[in-house]
Amino acid sequence: MQWETVIGLEVHVQLSTQSKIFSGSSTAFGAAPNTQADVVDLALPGTLPVANLQAFKSAIMFGLAIDAEIGKESVFERKNYFYPDLPKGYQTTQLEKPIVGLGYISIPTAVEGEIKQVRIHHAHLEEDAGKSLHEDFHGMTGIDLNRAGTPLIEIVSEPDMRSSAEAIAFLKKVHAIVTYLGISDGDMSQGSLRCDANVSIRPMGEEKLGTRTEIKNLNSFRFIERAIHVEVDRQIDLLESGGVIKQETRLYDSDKNETRSMRSKEEANDYRYFPCPDLLPVIIDDQTIEELRAIMPELPEQKLQRFQEQFSLSAYDASILTEQRSIAEFFETATTHCGDAKLSANWVMGELSGYLNKHDLTIEQSPVSAEQLGALIGRIKDNTISGKIAKQVFEAMCSNEGSADEIIEAKGLKQVSDSGAIEAMVDEVINNSPDQVAQYRAAEPDKRKKLIGFFVGQIMKASKGQANPGQVNQILAKKLNA
Amino acid sequence: MKPLHELTIAEIQLLLQQKQFSSREITGHFLDRIAQQNSIYNCYISVDNDGALNAADAADKAIATGANGPLLGVPFAHKDIFCTQGVKTTCGSKMLDNFIPPYDATVVAKMKAEGAVMLGKTNMDEFAMGSSNETSYFGSVKNPWDLETVPGGSSGGSAAAVAARLAPAATGTDTGGSIRQPAALCGITGLKPTYGRVSRYGMIAFASSLDQAGPMTRTAEDAAILLNSMSGFDAKDSTCTDIAVPDYTATLNQSIKGLKIGIPKEYFDERLDATMAATVQTALAELEKLGAILVDIELPNSALSVPAYYVIAPAEASSNLSRFDGVRYGYRCDNPKDLEDLYTRTRTEGFGEEVKRRILVGAYALSAGYYDAYYRKAQQVRRLIKQDFVSAFEKVDIIAGPTSPSPAFKFGEKGDDPVAMYLEDIYTIAVNLAGLPAMSLPAGTMNNMPVGLQLVGNYFAEQQLLNTAHQFQTVTDWHHQSPVTE
Repeated sequence: MQWETVIGLEVHVQLSTQSKIFSGSSTAFGAAPNTQADVVDLALPGTLPVANLQAFKSAIMFGLAIDAEIGKESVFERKNYFYPDLPKGYQTTQLEKPIVGLGYISIPTAVEGEIKQVRIHHAHLEEDAGKSLHEDFHGMTGIDLNRAGTPLIEIVSEPDMRSSAEAIAFLKKVHAIVTYLGISDGDMSQGSLRCDANVSIRPMGEEKLGTRTEIKNLNSFRFIERAIHVEVDRQIDLLESGGVIKQETRLYDSDKNETRSMRSKEEANDYRYFPCPDLLPVIIDDQTIEELRAIMPELPEQKLQRFQEQFSLSAYDASILTEQRSIAEFFETATTHCGDAKLSANWVMGELSGYLNKHDLTIEQSPVSAEQLGALIGRIKDNTISGKIAKQVFEAMCSNEGSADEIIEAKGLKQVSDSGAIEAMVDEVINNSPDQVAQYRAAEPDKRKKLIGFFVGQIMKASKGQANPGQVNQILAKKLNA
Repeated sequence: MKPLHELTIAEIQLLLQQKQFSSREITGHFLDRIAQQNSIYNCYISVDNDGALNAADAADKAIATGANGPLLGVPFAHKDIFCTQGVKTTCGSKMLDNFIPPYDATVVAKMKAEGAVMLGKTNMDEFAMGSSNETSYFGSVKNPWDLETVPGGSSGGSAAAVAARLAPAATGTDTGGSIRQPAALCGITGLKPTYGRVSRYGMIAFASSLDQAGPMTRTAEDAAILLNSMSGFDAKDSTCTDIAVPDYTATLNQSIKGLKIGIPKEYFDERLDATMAATVQTALAELEKLGAILVDIELPNSALSVPAYYVIAPAEASSNLSRFDGVRYGYRCDNPKDLEDLYTRTRTEGFGEEVKRRILVGAYALSAGYYDAYYRKAQQVRRLIKQDFVSAFEKVDIIAGPTSPSPAFKFGEKGDDPVAMYLEDIYTIAVNLAGLPAMSLPAGTMNNMPVGLQLVGNYFAEQQLLNTAHQFQTVTDWHHQSPVTE
């Protein structure tokens, strides 16, 4: 039987506000345990939450970015359950009146050029829990409450995705939106963006949704892809062997590459949600929304469009360059410095990203800045060096040997554009290769193009790559055709 | 001069300024009385001798340099529900028997800043859940008027301390009557302000949407002085209202001629003891003599207030008390086997029966499938009750009636019947549901036990309430009557 995969995602995004959602503690990552937890975060008796309005602004900007309705009256509720890293015994979250209502996120599909709209059921604000540390405590558990109270938006999609590739495309889009907006650093390795996946299958053509399982806490694109794959395979095997899917929460084990049951629907907590009496409903007026709309930065889609129009890039190049805000900005800065968007795009997507991948670096960690790369490309454009020599210069720049100009100077890599010098080299090669010259001259004009390559190669070799290839071609053609 | 323990805080302040005695002297006097007599009444859980004397010395120094202030050097007590930095704060529970807060509640910080001298922390029903002070882990408080009877609750320790002259004044908190009912039963003056008037920050939560702190004093004038200090906006409490605090003492002497006082017929129906009713009527007649006009009114949904309250308050409490899990502070059971065992035994052993009962009731009311029938319905009823008052205040300025259905009852009398105990708050609870300010004033006696008159004001009309109460106290002397002879 042909099965169709159905996926809905719940994405948790940590907001990069200075302070926590209900206390004045810092949200910075990596501090010593419990140094960023004040009396409110510790849930000492008598302490009360005060909502951080910046978190609301971030959530509203996300809502505007996905064309969603903004909740005019936003209510916090308590989700009650016991866990050692949940200090109050409840999580303050939103249920009936979230800040962001129905919206849309568009993603590319497997069909080239086709775009699909994934519906966002809602997105709500909530607080993160602390962390339980099970190692280094000799059979006991340590609690670190630094993360407790970090603001999150939870983005809940409808089950609109049909493959793990679509799920990944969706997540990448969420990542792009929140980082473009500057409301999150989107750093998955630090848990700034995490997701749970609701996965079900149904016979192709069937409308009714199958029973879903929820896979918890997936924190890398690779794990999400693998987890969905193994879970879909498990469900297909189960159904095809006459079994039934149980609605349950499953955990992905990346070491064994399998999902396993955490708790069934029956074992699920009754969270006893009710409106938090310590926090009044937050009323969002139109003026606030319009003020935020006015300061919205350029979004991925808008940038994609602009890159194609302003820089005459292909849709493919533009989409690669705009996937991450930092890459798009790197490209644009480099382009400003060299004045050639096409060259700049090729370098960012080619040499630069090759180097970064090889050394497992992010673009923020690039040893060559956008300005420096732009300066290098500028030297190709003004014929100081050839593209080939530029790669050599780039390598040297990556090893911190200096700026493009310094390296070109120090290594004497300047392109030879002196036509007298090039003519001398051309003459020498022609004189030393009588057979090839004869062959060339005997060939039909359309075959000659291929044969000229031999002479170019010889001259470039003689010049150690520094002869201006344009000039070499021109002079060679003139002399051979004479 | 009267004995020091018979002075009101208005008098103490004046005499301190006149250097008739020092803050150290009067503080020492109260500390001595507490040392001698607290074992009789059990109204203090903790006494802060050193802290009090240090604060008194600091106040004396300030006074010597010409400083002045309504609470400077004035001793008083805090209910043990307010977090006090460095001083044990138990909330009447075994759960917090070892809890020393690292921070001050806003009310505590405000009074400290004015130089008030805290003598100690007063006993209370566990987590403020009770109307008799019998649920305290630290033993029940005795009513100074009759040691066989309860002082009321939950602020019974504060009420008894003021009545027994073991403090000139005290703070209390009121979720369903916990200031007014013990004030009535102990023959003192108690004020529950409008919800949002006083910051709840640092006040250990029972039911967040109902809890409100207020003064418990001998006189309305003292209540006004204390409320001046306790009130005001606090950015740390999102439910605290940003409305300017008037000087509550400035309007005490205004005439109440023409004041319209509504008498709800539901508060005087056949369920009210005839002698109680007559006592309250006599007090109302005094107000009439002062020029007030009594108007019959209706509060048709009054009967629904106790059931609505006993859904909403436990629901909020069930969540508020989840933080007492043995993980970070407070009581933890011995040798927990695992996490489940840690939670179960910590909470089984750390909480008393009434607290557990309310957590269970509240968790049930919020649980899946019952939320609409209980919690949502109770919130709807709450709106109706509020609407009753809003309509009534279109016709009258103040609403008056008994504070409690009877004077102080005997220990154990209602202990086996939670519902009978809950009905003790029948006249006070609706006020919390509506968020209104209300006072209880000593207004007579029945069988030699004090009877309280309740005055309910409109939102943020504490000035009018205190003015009315003060005028009543200029023509009556119930508030000066004392259960103690030495």
